[in-house]
Amino acid sequence: MRRERPNERGLRRDAVRERFTLLGLASPALLLVCVTMAVPVAWLFWLSFFSDTGSLSLENYRRLIEQPSYARIFATTFEISLMTTAICIMLGYPLAYFLSQLPRRAANLCMIAVLLPLWTSLLVRTYAWLVLLQRGGLINKWGMALGLWEKPLALVYNFNGTLVGMVHIMLPFLVLPVYGTMRSIDRDYLRAAANLGASATRAFWQVFFPLSLPGLSAGALIVFILCLGFYVTPAVLGGGKVIMVSNSIATNIELFFNWGASSALGVVLLVLTLLILYGASRIVRFERIFGGGHGS
Amino acid sequence: MSWLTRPCTETQITHGARLWLYALAILIMVFLVVPTLIVIPMSFSDSQYLEFPPRHWSMRWYEAYFNSVAWMQATATSFKCAFATVLVATPLGTLAAYGLSLSRMRLARLAFVMLITPLIVPIILIGIGVFYAYVKLKLINTLLGIVLAHSMLALPLVLMVVASALKSYDASQEMVARSLGASRFRAFISVTLPQIRFAVITGAALAFLTSFDEVIVAMFVSGGDNSTLTRNMFNALRDQIDPTIAAISTIMILVTSTLLALSQLFGKSRPG
Amino acid sequence: MTHGESLPITIRQVTKAYDRLLALDRIDLDIRSGEFLTLLGPSGSGKSTLLMVLAGFVRPDCGSISFGKKDVTRIPPNKRGVGMVFQNYALFPHMSVAANVAFPLRLRSIGKAEARRRVERALELVRLGGYGSRRIDQLSGGQRQRVALARAIVFEPHILLMDEPLSALDKQLREYMQIELRELHMKLGMTTVYVTHDQREALTMSDRIAVINHGRVMQLDTPREIYERPTNKFVASFIGESTFVTVEVSGGRAFFAGMPLRTPAPPRADGKPLLLLRPERLRLLDGAGGPDMNRLAGRIVDIVYQGDSILLHVVLAEGTRVAIRSTSRAEVPAAGSEVTVGLSREDTLLLSEEGR
Repeated sequence: MRRERPNERGLRRDAVRERFTLLGLASPALLLVCVTMAVPVAWLFWLSFFSDTGSLSLENYRRLIEQPSYARIFATTFEISLMTTAICIMLGYPLAYFLSQLPRRAANLCMIAVLLPLWTSLLVRTYAWLVLLQRGGLINKWGMALGLWEKPLALVYNFNGTLVGMVHIMLPFLVLPVYGTMRSIDRDYLRAAANLGASATRAFWQVFFPLSLPGLSAGALIVFILCLGFYVTPAVLGGGKVIMVSNSIATNIELFFNWGASSALGVVLLVLTLLILYGASRIVRFERIFGGGHGS
Repeated sequence: MSWLTRPCTETQITHGARLWLYALAILIMVFLVVPTLIVIPMSFSDSQYLEFPPRHWSMRWYEAYFNSVAWMQATATSFKCAFATVLVATPLGTLAAYGLSLSRMRLARLAFVMLITPLIVPIILIGIGVFYAYVKLKLINTLLGIVLAHSMLALPLVLMVVASALKSYDASQEMVARSLGASRFRAFISVTLPQIRFAVITGAALAFLTSFDEVIVAMFVSGGDNSTLTRNMFNALRDQIDPTIAAISTIMILVTSTLLALSQLFGKSRPG
Repeated sequence: MTHGESLPITIRQVTKAYDRLLALDRIDLDIRSGEFLTLLGPSGSGKSTLLMVLAGFVRPDCGSISFGKKDVTRIPPNKRGVGMVFQNYALFPHMSVAANVAFPLRLRSIGKAEARRRVERALELVRLGGYGSRRIDQLSGGQRQRVALARAIVFEPHILLMDEPLSALDKQLREYMQIELRELHMKLGMTTVYVTHDQREALTMSDRIAVINHGRVMQLDTPREIYERPTNKFVASFIGESTFVTVEVSGGRAFFAGMPLRTPAPPRADGKPLLLLRPERLRLLDGAGGPDMNRLAGRIVDIVYQGDSILLHVVLAEGTRVAIRSTSRAEVPAAGSEVTVGLSREDTLLLSEEGR
């Protein structure tokens, strides 16, 4: 005997319709992203598997591995990214710590120093460094006036100049997540540590620092990934001597119309970025498991 | 100077012992701020080499900027694009944030991730990809092309800002509105939107800045009559250091700061 | 405020499952026009879910809901014409009190002047006359609740739904508001469905109570019947204080600890039903007590003075610990004394786990 279930089919239809209507609100946005990004990138992906003669091949990727210039490009990219990240950590962590120890009002005020560069156009900041670091620029002028060095130093159009510019641009990206995490660290943990007899140094390294790690790893990850794909600053401050992956991609298109090489490079860059993100997400999870054991 | 010996942390560190930290932090803040703002006084310098402090003050670089047809056209293009981007990205992003935050389908999470991808994919890849597609679609050097690309880039920012505001928003407000007779649409407009106003305005400001400051995609996709300010600036930077750029930079800083100040002013919930 | 006709509510076979959890299990319920019905139950019982189904915010898997003759099961919440008051008031913070209350009127295209009149009348009904221009954040909890109420009734709905509206208020204010709500209901006469987990609240305010547990209606009755004649163990234990002892039924007679039990009617079937013992129905007997009195032997183990009554903790001969509430001012035997506990025949209630 079939039990009475009035309205069942109609109600189910209503439920399905409602769910898809809600999802449908996101469809214009999804359409835009699909058409302007997903499809072009997929197209490029497809392109990378075609040789210059138009036949299906892995020639582009082979060239990436074989030609030493590409090896240098990848090396440069990783070198700059790692060094930038490291310097940002060394400068950004103390700054974030300083800010987190200030009372809220003062911290918000000082935060402007971090947010102002972030809001200012990338181009403007890069240009500022160009002007500052050039031979007749401010740094050289003051350095020589103060007697620190005699002849104007080549501070820009090289690796070092690029590094300075990148650090300046990436620093806010590191400071913000670290600061956020530090602010949320419960002061009671430090009080407990002091109560139990820990010296200030020990309390910092064994209680505060581990608790600030999630923010630090997030910040470092963001900075590193941004550096990997960076274009403007190495292009302007590098003087043609600092070629990162994105510079190479651009040159291959602009000068040589070599879609094969560019798309292959681009795909490699994308895959690299995704792998790093994926790897980081696994590590962070593990850290939380271990951290949970230590923290308690 | 007694505060030097006063302990200031839970672990009894004194201000005195921390002076090195304060000095370092101040130095870093100077490092961050000075290069950002140094362009402003330099732009008033008379000489070709942009001295600081300027020996002779003059407005010649501003005159060069305002008198140049090319620069003015590029500026107009940038502003047009930025406004258009706001008009496209803000509603699309807000609607998407609203729909996805209400939806309980598993597809919603997938859709959310998809909408965030423009932030993850390397911008250069997007640049050449869009270039390639636009060549085929004949959208190169058109305003529409740039606006679509910039809207795609701004979308994730609007989405994240509005979605985060919706998370802390009291969902029962809309329920009440509906129980009183409002359709979902009316409830959203009359009840929800006024309360997430700050987030939407922030999203709009971010969309504007994303478009206005964007260099790489514009480099590939804009050109000719529809070249953006940033594209021209970038090309000028690569060739030689044109001091006019200092004046343009100052104006850009002005635009950005004004925008931020306005969004803070109009965004904060006011009684009334 | 003269009120249009209120409507009865008919709930048939309403079922709602979340994954494998059955929140509502084939509920059948008839709510009379104009009555104040309380859905009473512990958290997770499904009472709020049922209210949300009535409002239209939760879609049941199957079943039908009718307001009067109209089947509203598939009608969206904004077209059901129901007034609703939530636990957290959900007042619109960006609007004034008057704007909040006028909201449903604006949606119904009621002219400004007429709307203003109705808003003021609604505010006066909830004793907030003249508060129209105040801001929401200037109001206390009780005042906010009343604004929410005014907003829910200003458009004269046929049905009013309330989801634990008083649980965020402190005790005194809550008891005051209970009376206010009851008076408002008597004045306006609309069908009201009220959800609460507080049994006192339910007993105070309702015309009828539906006790809900595990998505099922355990008993639907007037407060008096629910309290004095619960039909199953859950209802008996949820309302009032209760202790249960097992009795044996065989051959049409009931036995407790071997002794026969006087019951108001012959027990129905053989088995092991439960006997309900409530503190205020038990007495200390100092004599035989009469032919309609059941007598249980026991020993006093504790005496607790509670101000308005004395609670005597007694251990019965067969081992169960039971409490007797006595308001008499007569002398109470000392702890340790052997006593006889009396339960009159009409108060002897046999229950099963399930009920009828």
